[in-house]
Amino acid sequence: MTRSMTGAKIVIQALIDQGVDTIFGYPGGAVLPIYDEILLQNRIKHVLVRHEQGAVHAAEGYARSTGKVGVVLVTSGPGATNSVTGITDALMDSIPIVVITGQVPTFMIGTDAFQEADSVGITRPCTKHNWLVKDTDRLAETIHQAFHVARTGRPGPVLVDIPKDVQFASGAYSAKNESRTGHYKPKTRGDAEAILELVEKLETAERPIFYTGGGVVNSGRKACKHLRQLVDETGFPITSTLMGLGAYPASGPNWMGMLGMHGTYESNLAMHGCDLMINVGARFDDRITGRISDFSPNSFRAHIDIDPSSINKAIQVNIPIVGDAGSVLKDLLGIWRSRGSKTSNGAVREWWQQIKEWRKVDCLSYKPSTATIKPQYAIQRLEALTADADRFITTEVGQHQMWAAQFMGFHEPNRWMTSGGLGTMGYGLPASIGVQIAHPEALVINVAGEASWLMNMQEMGTAVQYRLPVKQFILNNERLGMVRQWQELLHGERYSHSWSEALPDFVRLAEAFGCKGISISDPADVDDAIMDMLNYDGPVIFDCVVEKHENCFPMIPSGEPHNKMRLGEDSEAKTIDASGAVLV
Amino acid sequence: MNELRIKSGTSRKSAYDLRSPVIEDHETHTLAIIVDNEAGVLARVVGLFSGRGYNIESLTVAEVDHEGHVSRITIVTNGKPAVIEQIKNQLGRIVSVRKVLDLTTDGPSVERELALLKIKGKGQNRVEALRLADIFRAKVVDSTLDSFTFELTGTPDKIDAFAELVRPLKLVEIARTGVVGISRG
Ligand SMILES: Cc1ncc(C[n+]2csc(CCOP(=O)(O)OP(=O)(O)O)c2C)c(N)n1
Ligand SMILES: [Mg+2]
Repeated sequence: MTRSMTGAKIVIQALIDQGVDTIFGYPGGAVLPIYDEILLQNRIKHVLVRHEQGAVHAAEGYARSTGKVGVVLVTSGPGATNSVTGITDALMDSIPIVVITGQVPTFMIGTDAFQEADSVGITRPCTKHNWLVKDTDRLAETIHQAFHVARTGRPGPVLVDIPKDVQFASGAYSAKNESRTGHYKPKTRGDAEAILELVEKLETAERPIFYTGGGVVNSGRKACKHLRQLVDETGFPITSTLMGLGAYPASGPNWMGMLGMHGTYESNLAMHGCDLMINVGARFDDRITGRISDFSPNSFRAHIDIDPSSINKAIQVNIPIVGDAGSVLKDLLGIWRSRGSKTSNGAVREWWQQIKEWRKVDCLSYKPSTATIKPQYAIQRLEALTADADRFITTEVGQHQMWAAQFMGFHEPNRWMTSGGLGTMGYGLPASIGVQIAHPEALVINVAGEASWLMNMQEMGTAVQYRLPVKQFILNNERLGMVRQWQELLHGERYSHSWSEALPDFVRLAEAFGCKGISISDPADVDDAIMDMLNYDGPVIFDCVVEKHENCFPMIPSGEPHNKMRLGEDSEAKTIDASGAVLV
Repeated sequence: MNELRIKSGTSRKSAYDLRSPVIEDHETHTLAIIVDNEAGVLARVVGLFSGRGYNIESLTVAEVDHEGHVSRITIVTNGKPAVIEQIKNQLGRIVSVRKVLDLTTDGPSVERELALLKIKGKGQNRVEALRLADIFRAKVVDSTLDSFTFELTGTPDKIDAFAELVRPLKLVEIARTGVVGISRG
């Protein structure tokens, strides 16, 4: 049965039909009819952000922590352009988001009308797909299709641009199950022959490694379950990208820590020296591979990915398997078990011996201090004092992000929200808001750098308004720390514009926002202050003044191979020789 | 109108000028991209090429099934074999793309381009132009006292060759459609 209603009502009805409970948005002239409808219902909660970029990151945090689609509603022109960074962020990290933008009325499109911007044109390269809806009768179907595209296959952001006259006009509503979703149906089942070939490799590999990414988390709980079973039953070592943390538990016996530019020594050397690499839902990003020509020179590689264009893009693989990580892992596990769960035990045991040798290097060690708070120490204490909570961590971008990835343990998927592909400073605070909205009772902490945090600090107003007890744990080094580190190591210590001057007094800033502020600079105060933060029932801005010139190690300078990792300040001495690192 | 100065191999110059000079291990492929005929679909495809730095040698597009809302885009591109694979996979990822055919590798195919060439001249040159047109089976589609416009269909090479021959006869303007192709049988 089709029902007739206004376009604005269709929007709300379609969202309800899609099971949406929360919209992150900001009103303006071109979406006023939709805002009217929001007021007339109570099924969907609208969260008023302070900046449209914040709305998108909040929706990302919501989506990433729930596995559901995040929804954003913004106005035309500046509302749409402000959301572009967030949309691009979601595209790079494959986060399912539906962004609804208002547009000037159809009869004014192309006239440089007030607050007109070519939103579909601007976002064409940064969405998975987008639509301009010119006919109210097509609106419901388009929104349902938008959700389908956002969550199907490799997830991503989509945008639906709705002119104001289309919102006012009446049209036919078609429900979710009556709407055509178009022909977009990515393949999810992996090719049986390729999976069998991989099983044979599992049985004979001597130096295998699982290299997993955000695709496993995106695929969902089942994929994580199958991955855990496969890793534990084969006994193979596993490493993961920044985006994949939590798919396999950090407490698991086979966990080697994150890999890549700031990954662990053992993970990177194992990637370099392996004879079988099983990539599940990762994309051989340049932060992972280092110099392509020296990447894992002697390995046989399998790549499981739902996106065919990820395969053979950066690194040529031997067994490409296009399919959903969950489905392929299930088949892989099933076939491998049915053939007797064989591995070449002895060799794998030797491989582990080698990995244990590498572990002894203790690559994350740092020089402790009693004079200043070492950022690593602050994170270690945060980790220790929150380890028992089912906590959610978001981050900003910079050194603090890498330290959080290195020193915090993630035991479940969807607990770690960070901007990986785009590296967007300003992501963490709004993302923490989205996470807290989705998990009102949970402990949500944004591990931040002071510079990144300032980029979207207006969202503290949102946190206070909605009584979201998000903890903003700012490692304040008064530096654009990661930039400073690169300048130190790669630009002859010429620190061009990489310090944070005229910083606000974060405690007074917290008071101004109406929340709690804490500031410490003495290592002796760390534990008590963290407990204070955790015990406070409300949002907290925690200004942790840390060592200013700490560098984040290990580090593989870009363009270098894995075995040219620098381990610490006296890096030259510890630079690893290629011949020594390749396992024979 | 000034005489057109067409260097040999001009057809290899892209309308979009995105093309790097032909490099040794580069292959030229003709791709037929079957898309939903909806607003912006061409921009999606072309934007992919420019955004990712792929080359376009020629591009044609037209609706081929009005009822089914289907258009067919034919793109001639070149790149290393791995890049050609990437291009096809990236195209396949666009939600409005239904199918990507590689006419160069998916079996035998025919490819054609249509060109209109305007030649100014009098006397002996006119006779010579007509003679060459006859050899190439180009049709006269317009003539004035001092000009002919020829229509020529064929492979891009054939059009190149004809343009090359009539150039000294004062070829003043040329319009080319770019390649369309279809698989045989
Ligand atoms: C929007 C944006 N602008 C610039 C950069 C480049 N950048 C990467 S890290 C960084 C410094 C971040 O400083 P801070 O947030 O204080 O973190 P720290 O590295 O000091 O821990 C900058 C400027 C970026 N990633 N994002
Ligand atoms: Mg900083």
